[in-house]
Amino acid sequence: MHPAIAIEALEKTFRAEQRVLDIASLTVTPGEMVAIIGASGSGKSTLLRHLSGLVRADRGGTNRVLVNGRCVQQRGQIARDVRQIRAGIGFVFQQFNLVDRLPVLTNVLAGALSRLPLWRTLPGWFPECERVRAHQALKRVGIEELAQQRASTLSGGQQQRAAIARALVQGAQVILADEPIASLDPESARRVMQTLADLNRQDGITVLVSLHQVDVALRFCRRIVALRHGRVVFDGAPSELNSRVLAEVYGGELPSRELLPVTTDALLPAYARA
Amino acid sequence: MLAPAILSGRPFSYMPGLARLLSWLAVAAVFAWSWHGAEIRPLELAKYSGNIAILARDFFPPDFSEWRSYVSGMLLTVQIAVWGTGLAVVCAVPLGLLCAGNIAPWWITQPTRRIMDICRSINELVFAMLFVVAVGLGPFAGVLALWVHTTGILAKLFAEAVEAIDASPVEGIRATGARHIEEIVYGVIPQVMPLWASFSLYRFESNVRSASVIGLVGAGGIGQILWEIIRAFEFQQTCAIMIIIVVSVSLIDAISQQIRRAFI
Repeated sequence: MHPAIAIEALEKTFRAEQRVLDIASLTVTPGEMVAIIGASGSGKSTLLRHLSGLVRADRGGTNRVLVNGRCVQQRGQIARDVRQIRAGIGFVFQQFNLVDRLPVLTNVLAGALSRLPLWRTLPGWFPECERVRAHQALKRVGIEELAQQRASTLSGGQQQRAAIARALVQGAQVILADEPIASLDPESARRVMQTLADLNRQDGITVLVSLHQVDVALRFCRRIVALRHGRVVFDGAPSELNSRVLAEVYGGELPSRELLPVTTDALLPAYARA
Repeated sequence: MLAPAILSGRPFSYMPGLARLLSWLAVAAVFAWSWHGAEIRPLELAKYSGNIAILARDFFPPDFSEWRSYVSGMLLTVQIAVWGTGLAVVCAVPLGLLCAGNIAPWWITQPTRRIMDICRSINELVFAMLFVVAVGLGPFAGVLALWVHTTGILAKLFAEAVEAIDASPVEGIRATGARHIEEIVYGVIPQVMPLWASFSLYRFESNVRSASVIGLVGAGGIGQILWEIIRAFEFQQTCAIMIIIVVSVSLIDAISQQIRRAFI
């Protein structure tokens, strides 16, 4: 079986010789739910955006990014068939990235664009089966009653769940979530994370989620990858993540307040304590 | 970019005293220089005030005896504006997208923008005169003139609206594997729709006004009637036509205001 995600020698340098990503190798097996943690600017978003081919890696080199066994980009060249590959990758953004003025249903139906012919998508003639599918996806994330409302009228948490529904309509086998709860209140954040965890456990969707809060990562994910200055400095089970590792990840930049619940072992979930 | 001081966070600074004085002097110099060329003679306004008063009196009471012909002329003018604007909107959608720097590469935006500049910089009256020569006297020449000129204007306005959109919803659509044109239809157009509708309606209003002028060169409509009557010194009838134009334009303004609301 192909790995869900395979990264080889991924390097990204922005202007001014600033190396933002330098990952020798990273593999995610289908069905895993992996958290990416790290301080702001550690390369979490950039990594996820490379996986969807939204950003190109450095030209030359031997970098290669595969998702669902298909090459998204290599040597800094985005694959020609990247659109078909993206169809299998649901991307959930921090700012939801829904189209505000369109109804929730249309936003969710956008997940079907890649498999429909232009004569249907341009005038918006979605076939009945896709509409049913969109309604089912909205039901799955618990906001079916909002289908006809404009996306802009939804709360942040509802918008994020609509974005997840869009990924479901895509039929994505992999969901990449870039700080999906960073703009949400605690209760909405919990529901969004729970939705992602349910999709992972019940549907076997691979989830790669970047998170700012370490405690959330520990609660929902069985594997944690920590980035610092674009490098993987930790990759392992929550139980291996101790305060010494965290100090290295955050380089003492982060005050202990955010780390506190983590370092107190009693607060960790059972599987993380062991 | 020239962002306003408030947005850029820079403290607002007044120009130093001398620079300010010099710029005011420069403005004054431009006006003084233009005085002679424009033959500004304010005294003549006073000297001929008697004539103006007589002329003004000749306008009243307005003579509506031929109102049927004026109203049908006005309707024709509106019809010219409808087609001139409609064709322009249809053309300005793709052309505006091709002019937008965040949609098309520079080697497409630059030539398209220059062509739109040409369409825009030549007045519709000039186009009307040319089209009258090309397709003969009548409303069709007027439609063509409005079409070309308005396409130039709307393409620029549409492109500016597109360049100001939020890129993140477009990226959201792109991440689903959508094609480039679907990113535009689902990500870009919903965002610019209120502005595009507003611009189009505004241009329709101004095209109704322009269409009454291009009648002067034989492109049909109320302008043609107006021109004939002014040349015959029938000022009471002129007054009636002017009233009809004012009422029609205000009516159209009011209606388009309502339509605009539906797009927001």
